[in-house]
Amino acid sequence: MPDTLLKVEHLKKVYESMTGNVEAIGDISFEMEPGELVCIVGPSGCGKTTLLKCIAGLLKPTAGRVQLDGKAVVAPPPSMALVFQEYGRSLYPWLTVRGNVELPLKHKKLSRAERDRLIDDALVAVGLEHSAKSYPWQLSGGMQQRVAIARAVAYQPEVLIMDEPFAAVDAQTRADLEDLVRALHRERGMSILFVTHDIDESVYLGERVIVLSKSPTWVQEDLAIDLAAERDQITTRALPRFTELRTHVYEQIQRAKRGEAVRPGATAA
Amino acid sequence: MRKVLLGVAGILGFLLTWQLIPTLGILDPRFFPTATDTLGRLAEDLRDLEFWRNIGRTMTTWAIGLAIATVLATVLGTIIGLVPFLRRATHTTVEFLRPIPSVALIPLAILMFGIQPQAALLIIVFASFWQVFVQVLYGVADVDAVARDTARSFGLSRGSRIVHLVFPTALPYLMTGIRLAATVALILAVTAEMFIGNPGLGRAIIFAQSAGDYVQVYALVITTGLLGLLVNLVFRFIERRSLSWHQSVRGDEVL
Amino acid sequence: MTLHTSTIVVPRSTARAWARFGENLGYAIGLPILLLVIWGVWASASPAAFFPSPLIIFDAFVDTWVGPAFVTDVLPSLGRLAVGIVLSVVLGVVAGTLIGLVRWLRELLEPMLEFFRAIPPPVLIPIVAVLLGPTDSMKITVIVAGSVWPVLLNTIDGVRSTDSVMTETAHSFALTPWERIRYLVLPAASPRIMAGTRQSLSIALILMVISEMFYSSSGLGYRIVYFQRNYLIAEMWSGILLLGLIGVLLAVIFGFVERRVLRWYHGIKEVERA
Repeated sequence: MPDTLLKVEHLKKVYESMTGNVEAIGDISFEMEPGELVCIVGPSGCGKTTLLKCIAGLLKPTAGRVQLDGKAVVAPPPSMALVFQEYGRSLYPWLTVRGNVELPLKHKKLSRAERDRLIDDALVAVGLEHSAKSYPWQLSGGMQQRVAIARAVAYQPEVLIMDEPFAAVDAQTRADLEDLVRALHRERGMSILFVTHDIDESVYLGERVIVLSKSPTWVQEDLAIDLAAERDQITTRALPRFTELRTHVYEQIQRAKRGEAVRPGATAA
Repeated sequence: MRKVLLGVAGILGFLLTWQLIPTLGILDPRFFPTATDTLGRLAEDLRDLEFWRNIGRTMTTWAIGLAIATVLATVLGTIIGLVPFLRRATHTTVEFLRPIPSVALIPLAILMFGIQPQAALLIIVFASFWQVFVQVLYGVADVDAVARDTARSFGLSRGSRIVHLVFPTALPYLMTGIRLAATVALILAVTAEMFIGNPGLGRAIIFAQSAGDYVQVYALVITTGLLGLLVNLVFRFIERRSLSWHQSVRGDEVL
Repeated sequence: MTLHTSTIVVPRSTARAWARFGENLGYAIGLPILLLVIWGVWASASPAAFFPSPLIIFDAFVDTWVGPAFVTDVLPSLGRLAVGIVLSVVLGVVAGTLIGLVRWLRELLEPMLEFFRAIPPPVLIPIVAVLLGPTDSMKITVIVAGSVWPVLLNTIDGVRSTDSVMTETAHSFALTPWERIRYLVLPAASPRIMAGTRQSLSIALILMVISEMFYSSSGLGYRIVYFQRNYLIAEMWSGILLLGLIGVLLAVIFGFVERRVLRWYHGIKEVERA
């Protein structure tokens, strides 16, 4: 296994429109190792979704490169899975829960038994083994997002990318889902890139937190989270270190919003 | 801009294909005249008073039929929609009568009225009535229960409830119904003229066909298409105006 | 974790259930029976030439259609109708999917499609009749030429309004184009496709009838006109009745298919209303 799983180099994205060009992403570089759980936070409107779409090969960057396993990403790579914020629009309502999880496996050359095993395993992992025959719209929002996660797990990606996946669910459900993500990472060793606007969430989940500046975006800070791997909603969040880290990230975001932080090597006139 | 250009290119491409099919002898030019011949004839027709009279006759039958159907359907639809007993009692009858293809009534209409306009009107009204009627039923049923209770709690009388609550709610549905009915009524107006024989564009098509004048048949078919397009655009515009405050545009259900 | 909204079955006494059944039945057949009785009384009180009593029409129905005429006239008509409908739906969905997915093609063809849709379908009959003669293929062509448009235009609309996140999901999992069409585009467009099909059914039935009425020497439409020209009034009415029954049958079959195909769609609507 190579040292670097995902490598983003000088990524830049400019949207061209009739009214003028908008520079969404200025210059973003970072790396991610196999088995890491990295969170990306930034002020709202800082181009987080644009960044993800470039990494996922859904959007063509204006400049810079994205590499997965040493190979340049130009189209959606088969070894990457996405979980979107809009679970209601990313699950297909005409398929059952099982059908949705099975969908991306259709063209993987697997035997029937092997495919069934992957689906069952993924449904158990997210605690939905009893809802396989339901339709997504019969489930609550949190459970729908579990289906989307199960779909990504069954796909067996090398890296799982989650775009503000819990922004639209209530706080209680959110805590459960956060623990689910931690469990997937810990027990299955999944590499996860998790984008959020929630500072607490990023510190609680991540082993590293990448703080983005406001648009045009660059990496303002790459912070290692030195909390124990075993985390718990109550005790971890009560730790003084947790509070310190959270406060630190919070201040960084505030600086980013005010545009105080200076881009390293910025040559803007 | 690009859209307009491509659209124009599409029309030109269609005309070119049309021109080439008889020219290359793929279809017999006697029965499938070229685009230039047909459009040339259409241009001649435009200077012919009888052509305009036929359009006038067709559109008059269309307008009368549509008006009768709309009034009947609005009145009956509102009454039946507001009274649950009537709604339940008429359900099966409506479900049986609605799918009857209106053209099945052509022989009956001929027996009853010969080639008088009433024969055509019978067909047109029967076909377009259901379009409006069903939409009005939906519209009246759509009146928000909360809004209805509010109106009742403020002691609005039955009459003013209908004016201030039922009518505004049902209006967009009514408009959708009228738009669908307008299209259907035009189809049936032309059909009736063709097969019952009351004067109008439809009969002119049959006359041209029996005279073997296929250029004229094509010119008239194009005319009916343009009329249909005009009716569609006008009624879609009216509907959109009346729907501007309404969140959804309902799907079509024709004939 | 609640999953399904299941209806709670309350044990009800059989007498109540029967009463309820009777009430529903009364509502369902009360008015039709009342109308038939009025018609019957009126027809026998003042015998109008064109409105024979329902009993006479019923007799004529049995005499005319139950027997060889069913095989020689009704079945061929129904066969042409079925072939016409199937061809319209297949053509409309295939072409509509292609046009809906390819933007330049859509913009190229849109004005022409709007025009074709606006042509009253029956005016195509004289044109197709002279090109193909009074054959089965003429009648089927007429049916397809008239009823393909609602399916086609609705499919285009349905395909192009496929949700962007659903499309991105398909891209991100690297679904093949065929898988995208099969599992995303067609199901997403299916409510519109079904709406278009519903319109096409009525147009197809109309075109079946009139293509036979005036350009045929057999078939249901031909029979009805024949009865009318020979003043066989009760027989003519029985033909109209049969067409009505076919219309109802088509609506029932369509309703059944639609409920199966769009079960998910109606389910969502129900959840939204609740």
